[in-house]
Amino acid sequence: MANYREELLNHLQEKLGQHLQSAKIAHREVTIEVVPGQLLAICKTLHDEFGFEQLVDLCGVDYSAYGQTDWDVKANDTGFSRGVHSDVHQENNSSPRYAVVYHLLSVKNNQRLRVRVFADGEYPRVDSMVNIWSSADWYEREAFDLFGILFEGHPDLRRILTDYGFIGHPFRKDFPISGHVEMRYDAEKKRVIYEPVSIEPRTLVPRTMRQDTQHTTES
Amino acid sequence: MPEVRNYTLNFGPQHPAAHGVLRLVLELDGETVERADPHIGLLHRATEKLAETKPFNQSLPYMDRLDYVSMMCNEHAYCMAVEKLLGIEVPERGQYIRVMFDEITRILNHLMWLGSHALDVGAMTVFLYAFREREDLMDCYEAVSGARLHAAYYRPGGVYRDLPDTMPKYEKTKWRSDKDIRQLNATREGTLLDFIDDFTQRFPTHIDEYETLLTNNRIWRQRLVDIGIVSPERALQLGLTGPMLRGSGIEWDVRKKQPYETYHKVDFDIPVGINGDCYDRYLVRIEEMRQSNSIIKQCINWLRTNPGPVIVEDNKITPPKRTEMKEDMEALIHHFKLFSEGYCVPEGEVYAAIEHPKGEFGIYIISDGANKPYRLKIRAPGFAHLSAMNEMAKGHMLSDVVTIIGTQDIVFGEIDR
Repeated sequence: MANYREELLNHLQEKLGQHLQSAKIAHREVTIEVVPGQLLAICKTLHDEFGFEQLVDLCGVDYSAYGQTDWDVKANDTGFSRGVHSDVHQENNSSPRYAVVYHLLSVKNNQRLRVRVFADGEYPRVDSMVNIWSSADWYEREAFDLFGILFEGHPDLRRILTDYGFIGHPFRKDFPISGHVEMRYDAEKKRVIYEPVSIEPRTLVPRTMRQDTQHTTES
Repeated sequence: MPEVRNYTLNFGPQHPAAHGVLRLVLELDGETVERADPHIGLLHRATEKLAETKPFNQSLPYMDRLDYVSMMCNEHAYCMAVEKLLGIEVPERGQYIRVMFDEITRILNHLMWLGSHALDVGAMTVFLYAFREREDLMDCYEAVSGARLHAAYYRPGGVYRDLPDTMPKYEKTKWRSDKDIRQLNATREGTLLDFIDDFTQRFPTHIDEYETLLTNNRIWRQRLVDIGIVSPERALQLGLTGPMLRGSGIEWDVRKKQPYETYHKVDFDIPVGINGDCYDRYLVRIEEMRQSNSIIKQCINWLRTNPGPVIVEDNKITPPKRTEMKEDMEALIHHFKLFSEGYCVPEGEVYAAIEHPKGEFGIYIISDGANKPYRLKIRAPGFAHLSAMNEMAKGHMLSDVVTIIGTQDIVFGEIDR
């Protein structure tokens, strides 16, 4: 397995140059970001000409809280925050909130490639890959279920992992970890009913950790 | 004349052959399956979302609970992803231990698969035999981690501790005579490596036993040959990996093609099928067990002669030794920091894939520099396999659906995540 990555990257830039927002190699992995409008055409090229026969994985990402949370030093009841060093802070209000990430594999050439496409809006729209890779079917249903990303051209975009009649898209960053509703059997009504959650937010780490000032910002 | 209509049948969610909580809505024309629509998610625990709220080292035990019959392999992918982000290299002995336990896990998984698959199809005996060998391998898990199933033995940076010098032994009870105890403990007198070595000596004959029961068994062949045929092109299209892909004749194995840890230093073959039916996949998995056995032997030989560290000795990432903690203030602080706030992982994204017993198991982590992953995606092989159910079951009989579920090696822990 020689260093195919540089070669692949150059080849990609040559062939798809104008449609690529960025292309880089990090951690020995090739990643390209493509223009949303060109996604379908690019993926077709990747499948037909670059030999990426298999879509190994597809996942949605919600970038809305990326690098935003800092160490919370005050006691709060939402728990241990996601300690991000302050130098990672970015003004990414302008960039789109959602992204879909494709992991492609070429069995023939023994290569891997990651493709990312950004999408914005309350219900972002991305072209469906079902006609290029059949495995996209369930993966897209999953991304729709968990993030509310709509895949245009998907034949059967139903929820897949969550309950029948579930409301909301649980992997979005604004969806609380404990959810909105809980379910129990009501003996009087003789059926299962849904109620707003009764779980109180708990702090799961020792209080002392949140008094740590090592990582706080100046504010 | 009465109107002929297709019949819709609910298979599961509680069905012994569904391998967990699978609700399969089958549209039947007589006894022939017209359409199979698997409804999954009944075991969905949002592992990925939970991992976003926990420091990197605390999500590790969740990985055990994904595919709960091949625990250490799940941990392996997760550890590899974190190590890749941190840019650390596992000591060679740690790598060999991982390879050895990956293969032990593969045998564990395949035995479970073989037993339950045969049981679904109607052969009870194999199940009992398979569980006899699983017991020994579970004991290896127990010896090394203290837990029989959810080991949490691999850690980012290596493995939790070196292999023990003693095996846990059976103790005398009023139900077991001294003679029984001596017999049970006969292989447990030496180290763990001696015990595993002894296992690898006798395991090939055990595989022969399974094969005697199944390979040329008329009923077994009638139920498996030409059922659920997948062509190589379709196998790639449908995202099949692992034995499912190799059964269709594609020679693809992450251990061989994109080697991780020390797989490039051990010698093994990739078995492939020809027809892509359930029977070929059975043969592929049987041969994989033999290959795993040979890999384990090679690892034992290396591990016997090469002592060394098994985990990186950087206390910012791995906990200090217990003995150090008793007398060294710094070690105590490291320990406290590590188990309360974890460590910050540099910004970036990685995808780490391993050859899991079921196929390609990948962990995709996006880190924004925090001590918790920004996004964790688990690429579970079973998810893609089950999505191929409709295509594989179409045109087969209802009873073949059970065979196809069996051949896909479905475990809901990983599919529903």
